[in-house]
Amino acid sequence: MRSDRSQSAPLGIKIAAAVGLAFLHLPILLIFVYAFTTEEKSYQWPPPGLTTQWFAATWARPDVWQALGLSVQVAAISTAIALVLGTLCAAAVSQTRFFGREAISLLVILPIALPGIITGIALRSAFSLAEIPFSFWTIVLGHATFCVVVVYNNAVARFRRTSGSLIEASMDLGADGFQTFRHVILPNIGTALLAGGMLAFALSFDEVIVTTFTAGQQQTLPIWMLEELVRPRQRPVTNVVAMVVVLATLLPILAAYYLTREGDQIAGAGK
Amino acid sequence: MTPAVAFQKTSRHFGAVRAVDAVDLEIKPGEFFAMLGPSGSGKTTCLRLIAGFEQPTAGSISIFGERAEGVPPYRRNVNTVFQDYALFPHLNVLDNVAYGLMVKGVSRDERHRAAEDALKLVQLPGYGGRKPGQLSGGQRQRVALARALVNKPKVLLLDEPLGALDLKLRESMQEELKQLQKALGITFVFVTHDQGEALSMADRVAVFNDGRIMQVGAPEDIYQRPASRFVADFVGSSNVLPPDFVQRYAGERRWGSLRPEQIRIRRDTSGDGVAARVVSRHYLGAATKLSLDADGLRLHATVPSGAAIPEDGAHVMLTFNRDQLHLMEEQA
Amino acid sequence: MSVQAVSGASDVAAAILPRRGGFAGALSDLLWRKPGLLLFLMLAPPLLWLGVVYIGSLIALLAQSFFSIDEFSGLISRELTLKTYGDLFQPANLDIIVRTVTMAALVTLASAVVAFPIAYYAARYARGKWKALFYLGVMLPLWSSYLVKVYAWKLILAKEGILTWVFAKLHLSWLLDGWLSLPVVGGNSLSVSFTGTFIVFVYVWLPFMILPIQAALERVPGNLVEASSDLGASPGQTFRNVLFPLALPGIVAGSIFTFSLTLGDYIIPQIIGTSRLFIGQAVYAQQGTAGNIPLAAAFTVVPIVIMGFYLWGAKRMGAFNAL
Repeated sequence: MRSDRSQSAPLGIKIAAAVGLAFLHLPILLIFVYAFTTEEKSYQWPPPGLTTQWFAATWARPDVWQALGLSVQVAAISTAIALVLGTLCAAAVSQTRFFGREAISLLVILPIALPGIITGIALRSAFSLAEIPFSFWTIVLGHATFCVVVVYNNAVARFRRTSGSLIEASMDLGADGFQTFRHVILPNIGTALLAGGMLAFALSFDEVIVTTFTAGQQQTLPIWMLEELVRPRQRPVTNVVAMVVVLATLLPILAAYYLTREGDQIAGAGK
Repeated sequence: MTPAVAFQKTSRHFGAVRAVDAVDLEIKPGEFFAMLGPSGSGKTTCLRLIAGFEQPTAGSISIFGERAEGVPPYRRNVNTVFQDYALFPHLNVLDNVAYGLMVKGVSRDERHRAAEDALKLVQLPGYGGRKPGQLSGGQRQRVALARALVNKPKVLLLDEPLGALDLKLRESMQEELKQLQKALGITFVFVTHDQGEALSMADRVAVFNDGRIMQVGAPEDIYQRPASRFVADFVGSSNVLPPDFVQRYAGERRWGSLRPEQIRIRRDTSGDGVAARVVSRHYLGAATKLSLDADGLRLHATVPSGAAIPEDGAHVMLTFNRDQLHLMEEQA
Repeated sequence: MSVQAVSGASDVAAAILPRRGGFAGALSDLLWRKPGLLLFLMLAPPLLWLGVVYIGSLIALLAQSFFSIDEFSGLISRELTLKTYGDLFQPANLDIIVRTVTMAALVTLASAVVAFPIAYYAARYARGKWKALFYLGVMLPLWSSYLVKVYAWKLILAKEGILTWVFAKLHLSWLLDGWLSLPVVGGNSLSVSFTGTFIVFVYVWLPFMILPIQAALERVPGNLVEASSDLGASPGQTFRNVLFPLALPGIVAGSIFTFSLTLGDYIIPQIIGTSRLFIGQAVYAQQGTAGNIPLAAAFTVVPIVIMGFYLWGAKRMGAFNAL
């Protein structure tokens, strides 16, 4: 909405919006307080005292490190696969016209449009039908499937903003397909891919619903947390891990936001 | 002499749409050639066929005697100035201009020197460090021109090169392009829907309609002696005269054309001439254009400013020299 | 003009250049000449992955819903039968379905109510820096860890947690206790009640509702609202007759997410809620501990069918343009 009159909102709207935003953010901030509580056995509020001892305790936990390591590996490989598949798909859909383009967009979105439990159980039953044992790679397979859409969306948006005649201009000036990809396409979609990749990483790093179906005995960090939620062993350690996860996902999201904003200016400059 | 570009029965069909239909055309080396026509007439597709972005579905294309079908754009020594300029937004002006040399593997110093020279040629020296987004429309167009010319193409293609510029800039660019073409001696082929632009700039003009060439010739030929009703109508504003009318005055049953400025108007309705009634008047500055109704035939005439202008509804007599009535080739 | 710089060599050079040497040059020419091959090479990997692996898995899952489990041996018999669907429509299972759909509908309604003022403010009043801040203010909770968000609510809703404390400080403990003593919505504490489940669902899916509503409102010209009030409409009338109809496609688009996500979730009701199951939990239990894959598969058909109808209705309302 655009309004030339600079006016301020009615008080009711202001309050409702502020309360709504507070509702979104306060619970996450609360985690930060609990990471410092001295209380071990319950979720008592207010905390009886504050301490930093749980950071050291968490640091010394091999199971946390193991879960973190697995999550990072899974996220990195899933992101790499999603980058390749999502970019190929976006390029095909936005650079050429062919029968069934709409169906392909739908196909890419389906893994996150359907409830995660359906994706999870479908993959699990397919693994069991095909007698594939659970492993690192079955987790990656599930994650890459729903990460494709994030990369795809970012890449398609950028392709749409990039003038189609740039590719023709490059070929006209003597660059073959590979040179055009290297010198024109990649620099123009680069930041969008980086942003998509970061979001895909955050999505994979955080995923739990599909993972419970595609992981065997292996624990990613979210699976570890889920275990702690269902059967708490050492609550303060969970608090610290939760806080670190919030901080760790914050950075790629902020980076992705600034990358795509910057990208808009780059892509818009040719117009 | 080998033509710079030759089409032989060249067609480009998109399914049932005949964008270009069995076109024969020869463009001479060093010529400034215009392809003129309304949108969808096939002129842009012809340009894209020369550039290599489209392939003929039938017939052949030769560039300086070499067959070009199946040759990708990047292997044709032909460069294009795009309608939207298509400057690379991620590169600065110098690297944009040097792009063609870069992909050919010319060393950095050498290609930057050549790019600087090309920028001087289009009167943008010292602009190399800017991004395309920081330039005005006219400047972007000059950069696009420099980016094409730096490759020393055998043929330079220009797709509606002046379409996005305002009127004043367009006129000065027309003059500059023409001088540049003369000085470089490169074959220029440009596409436009603006007949004034085509007539004032080109050595020869091809008029397109419905995927076919209606007429090829020097601007005066096209303007004075249109071959068909379409050309007479599209190029300028000739009066198209039906065969019956022409038979009365020229003795031949053919379609004819008569330029508005060649019609003289007399208030005195006695004597020889074509009786007509003034329908409306349009003041154009240097002249006034009259719409006339001659017994159902709609005609236009221009009267120089300063001469007596008959009022709306006035009955007048029209006269013209018989030899100025042009008989078209098109059969009745 | 330094014409010499450019002219000259053009007489010597060929009109058609030779192919760039090596494999890359040849391959580039081949792909240029056969754009269909290029398209095939671009589409094959993603289509193999998504079309074969993913869609294949979905079909395999649906196929299994037509298998049945042998009650004595516990083995799956691979004969096509509708017996599993018969099991699905037993009263206990119908209960689960009705409970889940009711919850999804309530969550969707509440999300829309909470989301609207935020989206409205962001679309109509926030400018420049504030606009970016609002956007991040919605995006950050959307992307933060799902489990951490659920966990935060476990802390908040616990009997000894912050909410009980706040109510006590405000001398409103009687209100909380009164609510918890109610049938259905109440419970031992908020973290083991349907009220708790409901709050957490609304919280977790709220950003999915805000963004589409904001997108829909951004497209409403501001002067429409002014025109309405200039014509003498009260704020309430303006909302009912102008704003709400224009925001509706956005609300429907957002509700696709809130509805679908609630239908399929099994972690939130497991961690914050009662022992009565939702569809997601039933699927999880049937495929896991019970080992009844056919019934689990039949359960997943329920949200797929519901969402199918939902999407069909949403498309007719033009909600996809707001996505």
